Amino acid sequence: MIAEPAAPPPANCPRRRHATMEALASALREPWTLLCLLLLAGFLFVAFFAGMVAGDPLAINPAQRLKPPSAQFPWGTDHLGRDVFARAMHGTRMSLAVGASVALLSAIPGVAIGIFAAMSRLGGALVMRIIDAMMAIPAVLLAVALAALLQPGLTTIIIAITIPEIPRMVRLVRAVVLSVRQQPYVDAAIASGTRGPTLVFRHILPNTLAPVIVQGTYAAASAIIAAALLSFLGVGTPPDLPNWGGMMADARRYFQQDPMLMAYPGMLLSVLVLITNILGDRLSDALDPRKSTRKI
Amino acid sequence: MLRYAATRLVAGVPTLVLVSVFIFSLIHITPGDPAILLAGDNATPAQVEAIRARLKLDLPLWQQFGLWFLDALRLDLGSSVYSGKPVTELIMQRIEPTLVLGLTTILLTILIAIPLGAYAAWRVNTFVDRLAMGFAVIGFSVPVFVIGYVLLYVFAVKWRLFPVQGYKPLSEGMFAALHSVTLPATALALVFAALIARVTRAAVLDVLGENYIRTTRAKGLSAPRILFIHALKSAGVPVVTVVGIGFATLIGGVVVTESVFNIPGIGRLTVDAITRRDYPVIQGVILFFSAALILINLLVDLTYALIDPRVRG
Repeated sequence: MIAEPAAPPPANCPRRRHATMEALASALREPWTLLCLLLLAGFLFVAFFAGMVAGDPLAINPAQRLKPPSAQFPWGTDHLGRDVFARAMHGTRMSLAVGASVALLSAIPGVAIGIFAAMSRLGGALVMRIIDAMMAIPAVLLAVALAALLQPGLTTIIIAITIPEIPRMVRLVRAVVLSVRQQPYVDAAIASGTRGPTLVFRHILPNTLAPVIVQGTYAAASAIIAAALLSFLGVGTPPDLPNWGGMMADARRYFQQDPMLMAYPGMLLSVLVLITNILGDRLSDALDPRKSTRKI
Repeated sequence: MLRYAATRLVAGVPTLVLVSVFIFSLIHITPGDPAILLAGDNATPAQVEAIRARLKLDLPLWQQFGLWFLDALRLDLGSSVYSGKPVTELIMQRIEPTLVLGLTTILLTILIAIPLGAYAAWRVNTFVDRLAMGFAVIGFSVPVFVIGYVLLYVFAVKWRLFPVQGYKPLSEGMFAALHSVTLPATALALVFAALIARVTRAAVLDVLGENYIRTTRAKGLSAPRILFIHALKSAGVPVVTVVGIGFATLIGGVVVTESVFNIPGIGRLTVDAITRRDYPVIQGVILFFSAALILINLLVDLTYALIDPRVRG
């Protein structure tokens, strides 16, 4: 990567934001990042227009059971004669919906609780005990149990995956806020009489954003895996919602004769998680100034 | 050291109590009446009442929790509503496959991850480094059940080197047992190793800039000696931390892997209990796994103190 000669920052633009934008722009020039973004755009396109690129994912046709690929069914049919290609394309929707929702829904309470835990001494200690206890329950088990106990549906899956994700976000935000509080500019703000909400919203919250965005990306990736896992184990997913984990669960019985039934959804799932994780890594490199200098 | 261990052990107790409160409320606050569910569709109100009384569901919630908690302290986690067997007995019956699978996984992970991460750091920014880190990203991106089926297809269905499913107990011999867990343990280890290789690389990279490492190079020590004797000793703390954090992921992975490979361990017990809504078993198994996790984190803390004397003070 060739370092661009840095343009002098415009007088009215704060230096820090300029450096962040510069780092993001240079990350964008890397071919791998671009490829990942393009692939992600492809997944988004498929999710929005699944109905147009593929046929009906729910139509059952017992006469056409377990058929090999044909012009009508590009990826063949499953044990109920359903169109595997259509199911796989429509399955993109659930994965993306769960990934995005979990990232967002775990970030909001995570940031709020994390800042509280770092700013309040007594309340903070209490909150962290509860967070520690929550983290002692293996996340997958907690998600599986929650999904099994609530009414099956997309909301249930999102709730079941978000709840175990929140403690991680809280810990991260708390650690960031604790270190930001040590910075001279926070001392200066306090010394000049800044208190309460102004201190938090003007000086502390903006500094938590970069790590929260990175963690949110990783959270989305692990949420996509978790959602597939719940459907694979058969908990929480309604039968009329085509999704990759459920397709893999259906394919188990026919795995030895027809491994492609398992491979299509498995491959899409792995690629989506992979590009999300790579984008998370790139974001983390671009947003963390310490990392980018250490790299050289 | 002993004093430190004792303090840490005591600090784990309130966490475990809180965990049990969570697990208990999880099942009792979520909507749906367990008694009606268990009784089935054709039950008379009297039958539902009988089940409710048997499970003590008619008591106030805090009394139910108190009873369950006191029993749990005596290692009595209640009985399965499905088979009627005590939950502790069910867990003990299923513990062997899970332990064999878990220990094999950890061994494989360490054998793969530590040398890979250390070597990538040694050859930082070269092709080897990028390859290793590329493998790492793929490793924790591909879900364990997908890796599991890929391994099953290649090694069990195509080449027939390993059994497609099932577990051979240790009583049939060490080799038979290890043979039956090789594929599931590899699937799990690839995920776990990816995580640890990344952290090992970062930690070793930090250490390699230190003066004492330059001294070892100046003395002309071999690369493996510098990496494994000198660098890894200081790089150990973050690596051990991630091994500890990774255990939570590993426990989740065990549950899935046992389902994919049809291994009759505690993971299968959990999934079966959840699909049957066998509440005492669900509570018991989650409590068991959480206690195991707390214990492992305690061991991780003690390992810190062992490798880094500053922690003890």
